[in-house]
Amino acid sequence: MAPSMVRKTMTFGEGGLAFVFVATALLSIVAAAKAHDAPFAFHAFLAAAASVAAVFLIFRSYFSRPAELPAQEIDGKPNYDDGATKFATIAAVFWGVAGFTVGLYIALELAYPWLNFDQAWLNFGRLRPLHTSAVIFAFGGNALIASSFWVVQRTCRTRIAGRLAPWFVVLGYNFFIVIAGTGYLLGVTQSKEYAEPEWYADLWLTIVWVVYLLVYLGTIIKRKEPHIYVANWFYLAFIVTIAVLHLGNNPAIPVSFFGSKSYIVWSGVQDAMFQWWYGHNAVGFFLTAGFLGIMYYFVPKRAERPVYSYRLSIVHFWALIFLYIWAGPHHLHYTSLPDWTQTLGMTFSIMLWMPSWGGMINGLMTLSGAWDKLRTDPVLRMLVVSVAFYGMSTFEGPMMSIKAVNSLSHYTDWTIGHVHSGALGWVGFISFGTVYCMVPWLWQKRQLYSLKLVNWHFWIATIGIVLYVSAMWVSGILQGLMWRAYTSLGFLEYSFIETVEAMHPFYAIRALGGFLFVIGSLIMAYNVWMTIRSGEPAALPARPAMQPAE
Amino acid sequence: MSLMAKHAVIEKNSIILLIGILLVIAIGGLVEIAPLFYLKSTIEKVEGMRPYTPLELAGRTIYVREGCYVCHSQQVRPLRDEIERYGHYSLAAESMYDHPFQWGSKRTGPDLSRVGGKYSDQWHVAHLKDPRSVVPQSVMPGYAFLARTPLDPSVLPAHMTTLREVGVPYGDEEIANAVADLKAQANPDDAGVADLQTRYPKSIARDYDGNPAELTEMDALVAYLQMLGTLVDFKLYDDKANLR
Repeated sequence: MAPSMVRKTMTFGEGGLAFVFVATALLSIVAAAKAHDAPFAFHAFLAAAASVAAVFLIFRSYFSRPAELPAQEIDGKPNYDDGATKFATIAAVFWGVAGFTVGLYIALELAYPWLNFDQAWLNFGRLRPLHTSAVIFAFGGNALIASSFWVVQRTCRTRIAGRLAPWFVVLGYNFFIVIAGTGYLLGVTQSKEYAEPEWYADLWLTIVWVVYLLVYLGTIIKRKEPHIYVANWFYLAFIVTIAVLHLGNNPAIPVSFFGSKSYIVWSGVQDAMFQWWYGHNAVGFFLTAGFLGIMYYFVPKRAERPVYSYRLSIVHFWALIFLYIWAGPHHLHYTSLPDWTQTLGMTFSIMLWMPSWGGMINGLMTLSGAWDKLRTDPVLRMLVVSVAFYGMSTFEGPMMSIKAVNSLSHYTDWTIGHVHSGALGWVGFISFGTVYCMVPWLWQKRQLYSLKLVNWHFWIATIGIVLYVSAMWVSGILQGLMWRAYTSLGFLEYSFIETVEAMHPFYAIRALGGFLFVIGSLIMAYNVWMTIRSGEPAALPARPAMQPAE
Repeated sequence: MSLMAKHAVIEKNSIILLIGILLVIAIGGLVEIAPLFYLKSTIEKVEGMRPYTPLELAGRTIYVREGCYVCHSQQVRPLRDEIERYGHYSLAAESMYDHPFQWGSKRTGPDLSRVGGKYSDQWHVAHLKDPRSVVPQSVMPGYAFLARTPLDPSVLPAHMTTLREVGVPYGDEEIANAVADLKAQANPDDAGVADLQTRYPKSIARDYDGNPAELTEMDALVAYLQMLGTLVDFKLYDDKANLR
């Protein structure tokens, strides 16, 4: 590079952020010194260490960069910035393997309870939130952030907004994961499912999420395309709605500003409604809308076909986000939540079937004229099968939201099976497909290290899902029926513990299914590693951007 | 055609798209949640509900910390088999002081909303220490460490003050006497038992963990479990008066 004429100065962003992190480090040390409980002190030390590391990284990047900031365009082509995307992609693979492994372990705990070892931090009650947060927020979240940063740049044909901000989002988000996860092991939880992290982790996530929204919106605003591509509508709905849900479900007052424990301001029935408004829409917007954003980019891209129907994408987008938000009360059927709310929740849950299948149809029909590729491209097969699992789960969900069905399925493993057909089949497979697409693109390799290994991953994981889901269907329906079984004399036929005993074989089969899924993810991690390390460099690094579907 | 053409306006303006999304997602939540705060029928009128005693509250904190809600519901549905198995269906009023609620979503173990008084303290302690010693087929983890972990009563006033800020009706007297009340409830011979029971009707003072030498987390958790579902007297409760 030619010597620059510009004098090198720190930008306001670099200086300001470094200052903020110095202040955070000092505050964290004070908080650690004054902490009321050991977990809070530990987290404060982690925050201090992370802040120091952040200051170091900011200065290192300042001293190693040229005086001029990176150009927005080079030779008329957008100068994409994929550094943070690479990190988030690797993080998704790492957390995926970790989260699935914890899931396997707690599945084994239910089959063989001695595995709890009666240690507080190993007990099922503390590990289960670790599993759910690791797979949903750590694995899924990193896959969403990585793919959204990739997609928004290509579909807007512009470099991502901010230089340090994307890194702040990715590193800040993963720091939140570390705080949340270590907190669970130490017993720091507010016991709201999928929103277990305590007040200080929630505050930090809020800051990170607002920056995420600003980066995303900022990139869209400076786009070079007249239209905002459909994938971005879904990503945007995901980011905005998760912010609203997070703020609505988590307002709490800490017992002390130097302690981990807080009390949620909502109580009882209102808290239950807030929780499942949040909980169901964590599914609806985190695990559905966000991943539909992935589908709308990666399926057409990999199949090299345009999205099937532009009109359908408009209709099902607005219908999906409007209807989803009503569906929460189906988690509270026959509880002390007023009947009118339950009925509304059920009605909208059933209606939700239609826009959900609108998305499935749009995804699957995109393959029109390219179905033959399923035979030759295991990555595309993974993406397409994920959409099929999406269709299956979004039929099963509305069915289970019918009160009569729910009276049987609720509180049983059927719910667990339903969640996992969506989580392993839809979210898992579409994320794997996305990782397999993005890794060669990001590291500018001609192709993956091995498509054969992708094929192995696909089949091993698919068999794992089938074992998992069918075991849970049987155990859930069996247990639900045993709970309500009566003898001919009118007595309850089974004691509760007899129904627990009957679950054992299915818990063992479920663990086997989970084991296969973990093996599949390890194959993926190896494939990704080998692609980055030794893949053949790509001949043409520049890729054409997508055209809007009009 | 025309409607689809108009959609281009939204597709070309990120702020309009953003506002559109916010409006569309706001409706469902507002309609379903806001009325729960002002419709009087949401929470039934019942006799007997009171805030947790300091010892019960400490126990509830342990229940939350250990993630008991992951496997145990506290919500009996109005279905014949559940009412026969667990007792009267749950009322919204019974969890009105619960921050957060503990209704749960899965019954790997049985519902606990009315477990209070169904088993002896000794059973609970033995079961928590080693579940399979009393229920051989159980898949529950063991919690023997609770009996070894001393309970620190000094933090309770701060917890109760915070709960008062979010709406639990603890008075100044309850907060000022929190430590004394906690100790009294774990020791039936304590001089403060009468005061405790005036402040918290139906509270029971016992040496819950069977270890008079030490105040442990086991005392607190068992005290909490033994009061669950005992506050409302369903012989006096009128279902019809609270039809919703």
